[in-house]
Amino acid sequence: MTVIPQTRRTLLVGGAALTGATLAGGLLVPARAQGLAPTTTMRGGANNYRPGAALTDRIGGGGFLMTGSVRRAGDGAPLEGRRIQIWAHTTEGHERDPQSHGATLTAADGTFQMDMPQIVPAFGQPHGHLAYDADHDDGGFETVFLRPIMASASDTTLHVEFVLQPV
Amino acid sequence: MSPRLRAALIWALLAVAILAPLAVAATSPLLAWREPVYIVAGFAGVLALGLLLLQPLLAAGTLPGLRLRPSRRAHAWIGAALLALVVVHVGGLWLTSPPDVIDVLLFRSPTPFSIWGALAMWAVFASALLALCRRRLRPVLWRVGHTALAIVIVTTTAAHALLIEGTMGAVSKAVLCALVLFATAKAVKDLRAWSSLRRRRV
Repeated sequence: MTVIPQTRRTLLVGGAALTGATLAGGLLVPARAQGLAPTTTMRGGANNYRPGAALTDRIGGGGFLMTGSVRRAGDGAPLEGRRIQIWAHTTEGHERDPQSHGATLTAADGTFQMDMPQIVPAFGQPHGHLAYDADHDDGGFETVFLRPIMASASDTTLHVEFVLQPV
Repeated sequence: MSPRLRAALIWALLAVAILAPLAVAATSPLLAWREPVYIVAGFAGVLALGLLLLQPLLAAGTLPGLRLRPSRRAHAWIGAALLALVVVHVGGLWLTSPPDVIDVLLFRSPTPFSIWGALAMWAVFASALLALCRRRLRPVLWRVGHTALAIVIVTTTAAHALLIEGTMGAVSKAVLCALVLFATAKAVKDLRAWSSLRRRRV
């Protein structure tokens, strides 16, 4: 068995070479079709989901703005007309309450927004829930449930990005 | 300082340390947007954290005016109350949002603090079970086991509470957690539960 002598120098040189190779490899590989990775469902994302919430311009009295975008995995093309369902614990109700739920469709540029009541901390974190549910949309993408956390409970807006995987 | 004044001061500070966090939580704006069962569940947790401060002090018999025997009896009763409060806390949260609590109990919740809460709950249950079987246990096993579980309960409860954004005030919560950890460390050191192990080995 050959024993390769390990000195500090060989380690440093080897490490530098490895780093260089990784960097070059990462940068030089041509952009592939799978460039934009799909968003994966977050833990707890589907909690208190009420399938098929009605399309609405606003949930309750509004005052908090949920914004977001929906793109296709791979090429990142904006997806129009995709149905995004939104719910949260707000100043007007618990997550389980029907009036805390609503849905909207994405615009031509793939963006969506929902005016909804202020989200307040519940179960220890100020957070919202969003769903792209294949069972309630004819777009042909895989279902995704998200549970984004607000940076601060006093935030009055939250931005969420969906990258959907074609079925 | 006269012993009477010192005793009065200690009891007064203890009352403030436990009641102030409850009073602050009672003024939380979050309460306005919660249903009664959720509020009760939350306050069961706040009260349990407060009572946890008494446990090491009662176990070590360090509170002025209380002899060791009644002190230990109170420790046992408060232990039973803590068990009940944990059940109310978890049960109330379950009624508020079943899927979130199921995630916690299965250790798959997205919230980092919930794992500490679940561990604390199981340690409280184990401690209660150990207390029930105490007469059938060797004294060494009881002492070391109960002390070890107490350390787990206190540290995981503090981590659980500190990471939560809820009705408790940040300052009163941090002070209470620090006091609970300090009192427990001092009681564990003073009671020397592990010394019985060492003596057996020699």
